[in-house]
Amino acid sequence: MNSQAKNTTKTATKKLNAKDRYRMLTRDLDWDFSYADRKEAFPYEEFEGIKITDWSKWEDPFRLTMDSYWKYQSEKEKKLYAIFDAFSQNNGQMNVSNERYLNAIKLFLTAVTPLEYQAYQGYAHVGRQFSGIGARIASQMQSIDELRHVQTQIHAMSHYNKFFDGFQDWAHMHDRVWYLSVPKSFFEDARSAGPFEFLLAISFSFEYVLTNLLFVPFMSGAAYNGDMATVTFGFSAQSDEARHMTLGLEIVKFLLEQHEDNVPIVQEWIDKWFWRGTRLLSIVGMMMDYMLPNKVMSWKEAWETYFEEAGGALFKDLSRYGIRMPKYSDVIVKEKEHISHQAWWIFYNFGHAAGFHTWIPTDEEMDWLSEKYPDTFDKYYRPKWELARKLEAEGKRFYSNGLPQLCQICQIPMTFTEMDGDPTMFSYRDSIYKGERYHTCSDGCHDIFENEPEKYIQAWLPVNQILQGNCGGPDLESILRDYYNFNVGADNMDIEGSPDQERWRKWKGHVA
Amino acid sequence: MPVQAIQKNYEFDARDAQKNYGDNMLLYVGWDHHTLFCAAHAFVVSPQQSLQDLIDQQIQAGFNQHPDFEHIDWSKVQFTLNRERLTDIDFSKTLADLNFDHKSLLRFVTPGLDGYNGTHV
Repeated sequence: MNSQAKNTTKTATKKLNAKDRYRMLTRDLDWDFSYADRKEAFPYEEFEGIKITDWSKWEDPFRLTMDSYWKYQSEKEKKLYAIFDAFSQNNGQMNVSNERYLNAIKLFLTAVTPLEYQAYQGYAHVGRQFSGIGARIASQMQSIDELRHVQTQIHAMSHYNKFFDGFQDWAHMHDRVWYLSVPKSFFEDARSAGPFEFLLAISFSFEYVLTNLLFVPFMSGAAYNGDMATVTFGFSAQSDEARHMTLGLEIVKFLLEQHEDNVPIVQEWIDKWFWRGTRLLSIVGMMMDYMLPNKVMSWKEAWETYFEEAGGALFKDLSRYGIRMPKYSDVIVKEKEHISHQAWWIFYNFGHAAGFHTWIPTDEEMDWLSEKYPDTFDKYYRPKWELARKLEAEGKRFYSNGLPQLCQICQIPMTFTEMDGDPTMFSYRDSIYKGERYHTCSDGCHDIFENEPEKYIQAWLPVNQILQGNCGGPDLESILRDYYNFNVGADNMDIEGSPDQERWRKWKGHVA
Repeated sequence: MPVQAIQKNYEFDARDAQKNYGDNMLLYVGWDHHTLFCAAHAFVVSPQQSLQDLIDQQIQAGFNQHPDFEHIDWSKVQFTLNRERLTDIDFSKTLADLNFDHKSLLRFVTPGLDGYNGTHV
């Protein structure tokens, strides 16, 4: 039998052009279902009231196929971990400005890194739930980015765990510690919302509008304070963040262009998430103004640059869709001169219950604060530090007795004050829902409560849980030690006299 | 406004309902213009304790760190409960009789005592 002669003239397989290749590796991963109902396959798309008429109008915010993604990311990883190794081998921790700086990083690891983990989960969820393939792919890539950020942040900061207190058990602390419920509940609010609200909350409001107010302070703060590990993480995350920003911009424009009925829904989400994001960022404000030994800029300056200028231009652009500036942005313009001082004052009050150290600013720092906040610091906040110094000098360093009232929405102690009138008066707001009283810290949080009360009556407020007996105790020290996993006497209390400070001075050869 | 939820009956118990505190209730107490304290305090109180008990126990413990505290003339203090001024106060009455309920907010003003050096701190 003759076997078929091999066809030696091979038909040349045409190499795909870039456009077709891209399409096949992205859009064409979708298919028309022949026997499954599309609405059943994507059950989350309609309940929010968002109307999508034509998913094909989705414009990819960035053009990346998975193989390119893996290639670029793995190149970054190789460099990143080489730098982490060098940092560790060369005792990089000795190059930070001083031992106070590390407390900003303790706050980052316990407050922000777990949010990256929540983001990874959130994007994985919506990355399945959108019926538009472009949105699914962008979300899936972001999900992997966020998981990478969890990992790279942990690795960046793990070296410090060998030398400073308060880096242990950050994941455990995130789920239980009173001030960490602020970031945790923020993200849980987003993740328990529908997929469109999630993208509006995180991709648009947080990762586009407000992103520079988180990223720049921490990364510049690291650069100014000799923290090479965190700086390197920052560089390695930058291109990821650029993609995230473009997704945020795309989702808002896509929703607004798809149907006019989407406009009021999107406006409501912008109002809610802009407010929640700003409240969350009060921790960043205090970090910039009080925790960095070498200051980058004031919170007020950061707000003016990254929101009033940049955000102002953005909302001017969105006005053609009928979108206006977020509700209460006028309040925040006034609050920018207050909230960082108020937030740090909370932690000074409750320094015995914090997993990082707190302190009274130095004279030089207070002069800097005077200069940066000419209308508010000397009048409202310097007197606090004067009294704190007086009490400390009397051997009664002020650690507030008892527990503070928390806002039902942002879960921050109700320290924010009236911006129209008396800025020394707490801005108490309240609601009654189904016979129960609820307290909020501002018109912004009050309105959020009134809009979706059933969501927030379930809030796990740390102070209220402690008082219910759900966090051990009965005394605060047992709660810190057994429920929070703090090393009491090491992680908490003033920086003055702390083990961190003693070690630092010994390493640096300072005279005590 | 109801929550836009994927399920029809999006209804839950309040996590801080009074029954979670046994026979007690939560009370928030704030001393106006004394911002040494970063926020109002949260206390567990008994509806059956008197207002005088509240002052002698929880309020004393929560606020006596302030230099102004020992100078307070309680007969001149202005109390506001849930946005309503209390008048003709009988300190021996129970909190329940004075209309304190779960998660009430009590604010008090001490005329003439305006915080550290009069700065409201």
